[in-house]
Amino acid sequence: MKARAFSYFRAATIDQALDARARAGDDARFIAGGQSLVPALSLRLQAPRLLIDITHISELRGVRREGGYLRIGALTRHCEMLSEPLIAEFAPLLHAAAPFVAHPAIRNRGTFGGSVAHADPASEFPAMTLALGAEIEIIGPSGGRRVKADDFFVDLFETALQPGELITAVFVPLFKADQRFAFDELARRRGDYALVGCGMLATSTGERIDDIRISFFSVGNTPTRVKGTEATLIGSSLGAERIAAAQAALEGDLAPPDSDEVPPAMRLHLARVLLGRMLGRLGERA
Amino acid sequence: MSAPLTSLDRPNSYIGRSVPRPNAKRLLAGRGRYVSDLRLPRMLHAAFLRSPHAHAKIISIDVAQARALEGVHLVAIGADLAKICTPWTGTLDHFKGMTSAPQLPLPLDRVVWAGQAVVAVVAESRAIAEDALELIEIDYEDLPVVADIDSAREAGGPLINPGSGNNVCFRSQLDNGSVDDAFAHAAHVVEEEFCFGRHTAVTLEPRAIVAEYDPAAGALTVHHATQTPYQFQDLYSRHYGIPEARVRVIATDIGGSFGMKLHVYHEDMAVVGLSILLGRPVKYVADRMESFVSDIHARDHRVRARMALDAEGEILAMDVLDLTAIGAFSTYPRTSVVEGNQVIRLMGAPYRFKNYRATLEVIFQNKVQTSQYRAVGHPIACAVTERLVDMAAVKLGLDPLAIRAQNLIADDAYPQTSPTGYRFEALSHQACLKRLHEIMDYDALRAEQAELRKSGVYHGIGIAAFVEITNPSPAFYGVGGARISSQDGAILSLTPSGEVRCLISVTEQGQGTEAIISQIVADQLGLAQEHVKVITGDTEVTPHGGATWACRGAGIGGETALQAARALRRNILEIAALILQEQPSALDIIDGEVVDAGTRNQRMPISEIARIAYFRSDTLPPGTQAQLTVSHHFAPQGYPFAFTNGIQGCSLEVDVETGFIKMLKHFIVEDCGRVINPMLVDEQLRGGIVQGLGAALFEECRYSETGQLVNGSLADYLVPMPMEMPDIVIAHVETPTADTELGAKGCGEAGTAAASACVLNAVNDALTPFNATINSIPITPAKVLKALKRF
Ligand SMILES: Cc1cc2nc3c(=O)[nH]c(=O)nc-3n(C[C@H](O)[C@H](O)[C@H](O)COP(=O)(O)OP(=O)(O)OC[C@H]3O[C@@H](n4cnc5c(N)ncnc54)[C@H](O)[C@@H]3O)c2cc1C
Repeated sequence: MKARAFSYFRAATIDQALDARARAGDDARFIAGGQSLVPALSLRLQAPRLLIDITHISELRGVRREGGYLRIGALTRHCEMLSEPLIAEFAPLLHAAAPFVAHPAIRNRGTFGGSVAHADPASEFPAMTLALGAEIEIIGPSGGRRVKADDFFVDLFETALQPGELITAVFVPLFKADQRFAFDELARRRGDYALVGCGMLATSTGERIDDIRISFFSVGNTPTRVKGTEATLIGSSLGAERIAAAQAALEGDLAPPDSDEVPPAMRLHLARVLLGRMLGRLGERA
Repeated sequence: MSAPLTSLDRPNSYIGRSVPRPNAKRLLAGRGRYVSDLRLPRMLHAAFLRSPHAHAKIISIDVAQARALEGVHLVAIGADLAKICTPWTGTLDHFKGMTSAPQLPLPLDRVVWAGQAVVAVVAESRAIAEDALELIEIDYEDLPVVADIDSAREAGGPLINPGSGNNVCFRSQLDNGSVDDAFAHAAHVVEEEFCFGRHTAVTLEPRAIVAEYDPAAGALTVHHATQTPYQFQDLYSRHYGIPEARVRVIATDIGGSFGMKLHVYHEDMAVVGLSILLGRPVKYVADRMESFVSDIHARDHRVRARMALDAEGEILAMDVLDLTAIGAFSTYPRTSVVEGNQVIRLMGAPYRFKNYRATLEVIFQNKVQTSQYRAVGHPIACAVTERLVDMAAVKLGLDPLAIRAQNLIADDAYPQTSPTGYRFEALSHQACLKRLHEIMDYDALRAEQAELRKSGVYHGIGIAAFVEITNPSPAFYGVGGARISSQDGAILSLTPSGEVRCLISVTEQGQGTEAIISQIVADQLGLAQEHVKVITGDTEVTPHGGATWACRGAGIGGETALQAARALRRNILEIAALILQEQPSALDIIDGEVVDAGTRNQRMPISEIARIAYFRSDTLPPGTQAQLTVSHHFAPQGYPFAFTNGIQGCSLEVDVETGFIKMLKHFIVEDCGRVINPMLVDEQLRGGIVQGLGAALFEECRYSETGQLVNGSLADYLVPMPMEMPDIVIAHVETPTADTELGAKGCGEAGTAAASACVLNAVNDALTPFNATINSIPITPAKVLKALKRF
């Protein structure tokens, strides 16, 4: 299929992008890596009149430390998650998740901001922003703000972004010496969207878990933090019994959707297996 | 058993040698010219509006707005094309009693599957044509949908073809007697029901066609990504009433076909008609989404089968019922019943037993048509047979290799006729089995499996023996009235500078046909391979022949080339003998030089012979007419098919918590007779195995109850990818056929034939400690977890 005809504008600055968007109204879309948008255009699932290319806006690029955070520019490509030393050091969970995101050709173009804005519940990075306690920096016609990842993902492909707003960066709290992380997913083929996936970040004193954030993807309409499950783990070490309790608690946190290939009960089972294996590994690293 | 035709250390001995294919560099450099690359002057683009319903009446079609859109040249509905194209019916005479409804390029009043093309738009660009599709309104009235085998067979249920009494396309029975008796007296009986999901070919290049009708010349040229240009020349000629000599079908570079590109597709027929209506070239390239709902699908069988054995484990009899659901009609011109027919005839083929009975029922349903796809019927017959053999082994406490060694036909027992009526010239099951045992290091694998089980790691080992049908004679289609050739033709010319051009009717889709033909010609003529140019795939240029289907390029096309090359060699040596005043028998050709046969002393380059023959014929003895172009046709004779055989093995790991399966290693020992190019044979086997593994683990066209394909995109329909594929270890046994000089049989379907059976057996082997079994493919995590009662 071929996309319907559209106009194209390449913005050089954030102001230009916001301005073009304001003038064109809802018939315009920002385009970053295009790895989600272009397929949607080709399938005619979306047919905007205007594409505003944001990839030449330098303010949206770059990774740097800012206070207690790593500021990751919206245009940071998936492949840079693998190659950028600051990410490996201060946001190792993103570094660990990146190889599971699609294939090299897609990672070369797809952007962090695009992935978070698109908010596919099967995507790795949006779920990782939850596990990391990240904050999304947004700019729009009425100014800028920062939204906690916990408040960002609203429903299926629906986020706190208002029409015409742009993600400029994601702020990730710097990884600390007393923290451990784990990432894994179950996908039929390498690079596929997972049947179920999970990322976690724990802060501990010795073997005791002081705090843990666990986030799943491919389990519902949004990336999902499993707070009930987290609660079963806080204050104790990761022994077999605790892990089993956490696995049992998942049922209260997840309500997987009906799907013809992966029935809800199966997805819940897979989430339990994955959680058990990841907590086991996290425990071994204590 | 190896019987070399020429010694490999002679110069120009290409038969048996791994030489790279001459066209590889061009294709890798992006210099291929596929139909989708073609841009002809005044060319327009077609797009099709497809039915969203699996079964519905067309009440009205409103195309007024679409017609009015700027850039649109033609909007055609069923009636427009019915005026110029005669209908076709997908039946063949030798399938007694089969029925199928006549078809037209676009339907007149009823759609019978979701995705069926209903309206065609031709415009300046594909994008404009798609814009116009959005402006067309069709009013449908839903009809009851038949979406699976059971509802199709329900008495009093909905009918797909009004006027027929049921949804049965074809029934067939085989019975050589005493089956009930054999089962009654058997010491052991194993029985199971097996399900095989639908899947499809997924070629890298989708279907593509450019039809160019020239009203001034009354001539039609079709650039067509097809395996069988001659078949389509005939069909376009007959259905559009254009004399055959004025229809030219060109099929040059093609990106894979696997049997998918030899059937009549409604869009393709429509595009020819659209070009006739417009008098301009019209292009249509199916996109991926369209391919899923309009390319042929394959398999979709439910088989109930049982096997009787005596107390020692000797197979006595098999009894089989194959129900297979096709589309709403049978595919033209090769039908949709060949797969079922081969399923019931290939059952038990590797084994020595006497009593066999089978029933085949081919059923219509509201889905896209099914037809021949790589290894037609083989994977089903193989999986059923091999699983039953494994079940019997468990029952008898025999090792899977031991029960096979006991029952496989002995290598010195040929010729043999199978209980299903196939005649085998010479096979090598026992030799292949022995070799497989070695290359698998089978005993070590078993020991490792036992050891790992103790620590909760579950490996499975699977074995599957197979027989493959190759080199088909007219018994395949010709006898049924189809104008599908089983012979091939070649024209060989010595060029004025002493090179050779070979025009041959077999075609190239990426499998290396042109490479092996140039090897055979160079070998037989005594030339460097790079001095042979092979030209294929143009009905105006190459002689009529079967082209590519079943497994025939090497066996039949190769023999044609061999005979033609020998004829040209004789003619060259005849002229050489006149010039050199020798007897032709005293001369030979080596590396493009005429030499003394005995001493190999160089006498004269063949370029000199060509020069004299073409430019200085006055210097030849009076009355000499040099014949430096020869033609030769070859049709298989003797056995109706050249059967091949082999055996595969695999080891894999089942994660019993997630249901995921990891392929660890795959093995094949294969006997395709004379191996012309070991590298290409190995690649055919590897590719075939990967397609079989795709079927075993990943590929399935899944439908909803309303007949909607629910996974029709490459995001949801999983094809096998390199990361999940195991290393494949290959060994050969060579039993050349005596029916040809070349001795080659086919190898293109061997990999696919048994790979899924191997995996099925291996997964069941891995699950033995859990008393869980799986008898349907693809084997998904959901099926494994269900079998293990994990959710
Ligand atoms: C074959 C294939 C496989 C894939 N597999 C995976 C996978 O396994 N896991 C995974 O996570 N992803 C996968 N993806 C998606 C890929 O990661 C996308 O790149 C990503 O989801 C979107 O990023 P993008 O930069 O390409 O965004 P685009 O496609 O350009 O845009 C996506 C949406 O986000 C909006 N947008 C983009 N940037 C911004 C911004 N800065 N502010 C506000 N809105 C913005 C756009 O307007 C658009 O609506 C796959 C894609 C393909 C084609």
